[in-house]
Amino acid sequence: MTYDFQFDAVFASWDMLLGGAWLTIKLSFGAMAIGLVVAILCALGKTSGPKPVRWLINAYIEVIRNTPFLVQIFLIFFGLPSVGLRLSPDVAALIAMVVNVGAYATEIIRAGIESIHKGQIEAGLALGLRPLQVFRYIVLKPALRTVYPALTSQFILLMLSSSIVSAISADELTSVANNIQSQTFRSFEIYIVVTGIYLVLALMFSALFAGIYRLAFAYSVDRR
Amino acid sequence: MIRAFGYNEFLFLLSAVQWTLLLSAIAFIGGGIVGLFVALGRTSDVKPLRWLATGYIQVFQGTPLLMQLFLVFFGATVMGIDMSPWVAAALGLTLNTSAFLGEIWRGCIQSVPRGQWEAASALGLRYPGLMRYVILPQAVKVAVPPTVGYLVQVIKGTSLAAIIGFVELTRAGQIVNNATFQPFLVFGIVAAIYFALCWPLSLLSQRLEARYAAPTR
Repeated sequence: MTYDFQFDAVFASWDMLLGGAWLTIKLSFGAMAIGLVVAILCALGKTSGPKPVRWLINAYIEVIRNTPFLVQIFLIFFGLPSVGLRLSPDVAALIAMVVNVGAYATEIIRAGIESIHKGQIEAGLALGLRPLQVFRYIVLKPALRTVYPALTSQFILLMLSSSIVSAISADELTSVANNIQSQTFRSFEIYIVVTGIYLVLALMFSALFAGIYRLAFAYSVDRR
Repeated sequence: MIRAFGYNEFLFLLSAVQWTLLLSAIAFIGGGIVGLFVALGRTSDVKPLRWLATGYIQVFQGTPLLMQLFLVFFGATVMGIDMSPWVAAALGLTLNTSAFLGEIWRGCIQSVPRGQWEAASALGLRYPGLMRYVILPQAVKVAVPPTVGYLVQVIKGTSLAAIIGFVELTRAGQIVNNATFQPFLVFGIVAAIYFALCWPLSLLSQRLEARYAAPTR
């Protein structure tokens, strides 16, 4: 092999990479938090809403899950300005990520909600809890606990797919890498380092999610 | 010069679908072949093989597909190979698909009850025969619905080839949009075409799942 690896160019711009990674983290957590709220509302609507609502939510889920994320980003970033809504790349990226993860998480949470036994809900109502309290304590928390692994791997996938928003030049990790690449032309070196950063981020996310599980859901459940 | 979005532009988008489909087919078939070995390695009794397969899956599932495509594309240059975006996309998507299918199929292989393995080896079958005649035929039944479902991910994943410059459906959409400046219409149509490709597969996967989930005995 005659190629001369030069990593200096990559490490010379470590502060830019760090800034990009930080935006990736912020975008991911922002999209996760808002997406989770969207998903809980949609899952609630899908399991107990009136028919038109259920139909609308189904359409949303199917459209998002059967089209590529990249095309969704293009529609939001390039398409919305033509109806008078101009967004910065970062905001467009966040919206695209929320819309995307919302659809996947809705299906996951719906499955969790449906796993709750009807008798549990009736018991809660019989004990005098208000419907909202029943949903909050008897349905939602155990449901989230059941689907926690699926939900968190979806969130990690979201973080990884955030690299795609570089296509509209939001300043996250992949965009920063593209910028450094176009200035230094050390393409392979930069992308291998950035790939490593993503891998570390993915491992950090899964460690964090395991920690959250231990804090929030680690009570024993006797299921019969 | 701005062109209007007309019949020709629509035809251009439609003709780009063949590249999306071809890329998906290559990634799916190539990924399936490599993925079978990944799954076998992942379920193997040989420790180094298991580690290797686990590491392979971990790396591909823990990094963005876009980075993998970039690395294949630019990595080829490092090794002195002049690789077209087309070959790079096909190779990158194949590797990525093999890791995901490998992990899906690992679960399917492990879902075959332990007794089947023991019975087969008690009958004197060695590993190749045991896999070929006893385990894999039973694993395939479990594997069909999630595999069809994953095909949807493969088709959507091919859109990333647009970023490294290969003209498939999404890139064709960008080109048409640059000429017509009607992003809502153009990407709306592109999204609709993807939907038309993916939705039937999603429905099929759900139906297969419902059928196989029903008690068979």
